[in-house]
Amino acid sequence: MKSESRLEKILKAGHFAFTGELGPPRGANVKHVREKAKPLIGNVDMVNITDNQTAMVRMSSWAAALIAIEEGLEPNYQMVCRDRNRLAMQADILGAYALGIKNILCLSGDHQQFGDHPQAMGVFDIDSMQLVNMVKIMRDDGRFLGGDEIDVCPKLFIGAAANPFAEPFEWRVHRLAKKISAGADFIQTQCVFNMERMREWVKQSVDMGLTEKTYILAGVTPMKSIGMAKYMKNKVPGMDVPDEIIKRLQGVDKKKVADEGIKIACEQIEEFKEMKGVAGVHLMAIEWEHKVPEIAERAKVLPRPDVD
Amino acid sequence: MIVAKRKPFEEIKGLLETFNKVLVVGCGTCVAVCLAGGEKEADVLSTELEMAGKLDNKPIEIVSITVERQCDREYLEALDSMVEKYDALLSMACGAGVQFLAERFPTIPVLPAVDTTFIGVNQGAGWYEERCRSCSSCILGITGGICPVTMCAKGLYNGPCGGTNQGNCEISQDQPCAWHMIYERLKGQNRLDAILEFKPAQDWQNQVPRTVIQPGYKKT
Repeated sequence: MKSESRLEKILKAGHFAFTGELGPPRGANVKHVREKAKPLIGNVDMVNITDNQTAMVRMSSWAAALIAIEEGLEPNYQMVCRDRNRLAMQADILGAYALGIKNILCLSGDHQQFGDHPQAMGVFDIDSMQLVNMVKIMRDDGRFLGGDEIDVCPKLFIGAAANPFAEPFEWRVHRLAKKISAGADFIQTQCVFNMERMREWVKQSVDMGLTEKTYILAGVTPMKSIGMAKYMKNKVPGMDVPDEIIKRLQGVDKKKVADEGIKIACEQIEEFKEMKGVAGVHLMAIEWEHKVPEIAERAKVLPRPDVD
Repeated sequence: MIVAKRKPFEEIKGLLETFNKVLVVGCGTCVAVCLAGGEKEADVLSTELEMAGKLDNKPIEIVSITVERQCDREYLEALDSMVEKYDALLSMACGAGVQFLAERFPTIPVLPAVDTTFIGVNQGAGWYEERCRSCSSCILGITGGICPVTMCAKGLYNGPCGGTNQGNCEISQDQPCAWHMIYERLKGQNRLDAILEFKPAQDWQNQVPRTVIQPGYKKT
């Protein structure tokens, strides 16, 4: 084992992983974090704790991750390159590991121009791939990026993101290969709606032998409404929502739209379970944490494996 | 070249509020080419300041002069005998020129009339775009002649990120994605190999004031 992560144990044992997500609050509202955590307990193997997502200030990712641990969840500490330099990142990585965090997801971060502090200086001292590599150097070589030795190195399971849908499509699998060579143990993809493109990208990854070197978790997001589907199609950069999804949601009774959204997500999960090269699903039920038990149940991913 | 833009008139007026005799110093190189602080712009600004002074009933004596380059001692010499007569110097050069002027005449307030903006290119009449952040370690040789430090909103060395949007950057539909352009350029040259390798963290060299001494020369 490279790390002390529960997710790593699950993947290594060959189980189909099922992970969730929890966005920290815009304030110090601990109760809010605990409430969001409750429906995830026992239904997912790990929970991503987002880091100032959409470039809006929120409770820090490591702090919310510690509250999640208290609630009995295994957090995936998300870290973006936008807000801190390599000194702060390494310090936070050590602190997070010291306090019980076992997984990290390395991201560039949405540009600050999108958020509530558009005048902020974006740091981007290193990029997401260099962050992956830095955590690997800290863990496997026991060194800081600057070269000095670390006294107790962070045994973290290292994650990275991949967007199979952003242009240029043919470059995406090569970028994945680069992330793996930098040190990514697992990959969580952007929300998948275009299954055709996803199948092709996964096949390319299998053909290049990449799925032997990393675990790919496919991102699934249930659509709550037609408005949400349209917003994701038109407003969220890098998102690929085919018209068929919108048409399918429009085709059902108004009261049944959310249910249809969950149905689509469950069908996707069923397909991913069978797809060669996919090791699990990362469920991003955005501000819909309370629906996770129902989705897990309907997608037949319960009970979650016990590897402890 | 270094591209600058003139500061808003009200800001310049505010900077000069306590001075009665001001020498406006234009610069004949970069800022002249980008139409921000050359001889013509120095004359126009002087006239505007004089007129505003009259309108506000606060007459101000303004003289304008333009030197070839404010970042070169050789051209500053011409000012030595003039500056004593003025309460302040209003420099229309880039930030380097303003500082060099202030260094030469440390007892006289030297004020900036332009905002230095970037190292860029001339795309058309009066239209300039940034191209270089002077990072001190150029990677254009492997990125198809397109600088990701300058042209990628996140300055990524291993792009494109997941936010690239049909060839555009996530920040705007009007901003092309630098890494998309790099990919297309290298593909066209059959040189995609150049970016297949992971590029490790950058050793930033632009964190302290830098000095260059060319081979065969020394500090004098």
